[in-house]
Amino acid sequence: MTFLFYLFAGLAIGGAIGVVMAKNPVGSLLFMVTTLAAMAGTFVLLEAHFLAAIQIIVYAGAIMVLFLFVIMLLNLGHEYKADLRGGAFSVLSFGLIGAIAGLLAPEISGAEAAPGPGAVAIDAAIAEHGAVGAIAEPLYTTYVVPFEITGILLLVAIVGAIVLAKREV
Amino acid sequence: MQLQPVQGDITILGIVSVDAFTFFSYLKVLGLFSIVIVTVAYATYAERRVSAFIQDRRGPNRVGPFGLLQPIADGIKNILKEETLPATASRFFFVLAPVLVLVPSLVTFAVIPVAAPLPTPWGVVDMVIADIPVGILYVLAFSSLAVYGVVLGGWASNNKYAFLGGLRASAQMVSYEVALGLSIIAVIMMTGNVTLTEMVWQQQQLGMWFAFPLSLAFILFVVSAFAETNRLPFDMPEAESELVTGYHTEYSAMKFSAFMISEFGHMVTASALMATLFLGGWDLPGTWDNAFWYQGQLIGGFAADGSPVAAQPAAWKTMATFLGFGAKTAFFLLVYIWIRWTLPRFRYDQVMALGWKVMLPTSLAYLMLVGGTILVLEELGVPYGFGYGLVLTAVSGIATFSFIFFIDRGRTITGAAAGPAQKIEIRSIGRERQARSADLPAKTALSGD
Repeated sequence: MTFLFYLFAGLAIGGAIGVVMAKNPVGSLLFMVTTLAAMAGTFVLLEAHFLAAIQIIVYAGAIMVLFLFVIMLLNLGHEYKADLRGGAFSVLSFGLIGAIAGLLAPEISGAEAAPGPGAVAIDAAIAEHGAVGAIAEPLYTTYVVPFEITGILLLVAIVGAIVLAKREV
Repeated sequence: MQLQPVQGDITILGIVSVDAFTFFSYLKVLGLFSIVIVTVAYATYAERRVSAFIQDRRGPNRVGPFGLLQPIADGIKNILKEETLPATASRFFFVLAPVLVLVPSLVTFAVIPVAAPLPTPWGVVDMVIADIPVGILYVLAFSSLAVYGVVLGGWASNNKYAFLGGLRASAQMVSYEVALGLSIIAVIMMTGNVTLTEMVWQQQQLGMWFAFPLSLAFILFVVSAFAETNRLPFDMPEAESELVTGYHTEYSAMKFSAFMISEFGHMVTASALMATLFLGGWDLPGTWDNAFWYQGQLIGGFAADGSPVAAQPAAWKTMATFLGFGAKTAFFLLVYIWIRWTLPRFRYDQVMALGWKVMLPTSLAYLMLVGGTILVLEELGVPYGFGYGLVLTAVSGIATFSFIFFIDRGRTITGAAAGPAQKIEIRSIGRERQARSADLPAKTALSGD
């Protein structure tokens, strides 16, 4: 388990570095897919199976394919080497990374905490409804109104995109 | 007999001791992978023989008896052939694409249960490599990753036909994934869970396979699966009359072979999925083979008072159900080949219009219908069983019939029903033509009609 965690964590970080370092936009995109897949792997290790599956289906399978589509249709022949590669940017980005790592370090250095009441409740829900049902049950009962509103928001976005893309309205 | 999951250690030849669960898992991976690869090889052979039969030819019959060794000869040929690399291709992605296309088509088999559980001295072994809790979502996840290999292959070749093929493939696969997912939701509504083992179990409990109570979902799933696997009539990405052979135009030897293996691997997986979701998976008629892990024990059903009844797994039952599963999968493979050599190819805009304007609204409407019917049945307190299935079969049957009637637009079905009338019409046209060319007596004969 520990080995798998380091494998996926390494892949995720390596992929994330690859996204910004790759010269080819398609290569950059594939690094991004690697990161997303590795994150799905860590989700599985956390026993969040549903989240892992959705991560792959939605992000790696749908959104990144659309990105790939756009990159290929734009046909970016030349490489944007000069973008965001100045000295000031690298100082800024390394400073940011250091700050985030510094903030996170005290949180992860402690011993493994005992599962809290939330974790116990989640385990009980999974035992009762299964990995998918544990999320679906509250989503379609307690939180059904916010869920439906989110759905309408997405519908509005789709209609807006079609109206913008359509030539003769 | 101990009816519990496999556990403990296995001692091999009195020397090595390994965990029984790990041992059986490796065995299942090895066995299933070999079976799938051999099935893929013989699916190519079957395709050539069946197409030959349909076109009144002989097909490959030189290598071995009935040409049965042809796939092996093809494999050796593809390994020994020269690999070509187009000068302008991006080398890394060009080599990566066949790998990316091959992996998703083969790993999907891991969650499909292939037979009834097998009893061993170490406990009962499930005949599925990994019965993971997300089940069918795992299948959808990997089928959505299959796009990358195809698109990258087309793009990296730096050939405009290959590129167009790749773009078509991605657009088509993304479009039909929607209808595919929505048709699966009908099955999930029936089973109440997403694991494939539970889907098989619920079909055993219902007393009928989901192809009947969810007939329209079955049709939509089969059509979308055809589009997902890029098979005729949806093989736009490799339409040879327009795009040479599409995304794998520039590939040769074993890399081309990888694309072919993945196409047939997708077919085998899709056939196995159709069999599992809609034809009961490994279930055979009768209740003798039912088995499911329910609250830690393997049960074969419920008694009248609702208490679980223990299952009776046996090696011969595992064997028989495995053969049944194989027969169902082989049937769908045959349907794949049969349709390929029967139907002509769609036009590209027709593929897109069918996906977005027909399949998507139909599957959404059908979901409402199935959901409503299930709700009414639950409210009326109809027990989940054969009668429950019959009601759904009737409702779905009407939906399927009207769907086919409307999509047909009076061409095939009503055309065939109006057969004699059409013939009369043709005859009268012929007579008219005769009359025009002939002299006066024929004209009087026509006016007498």
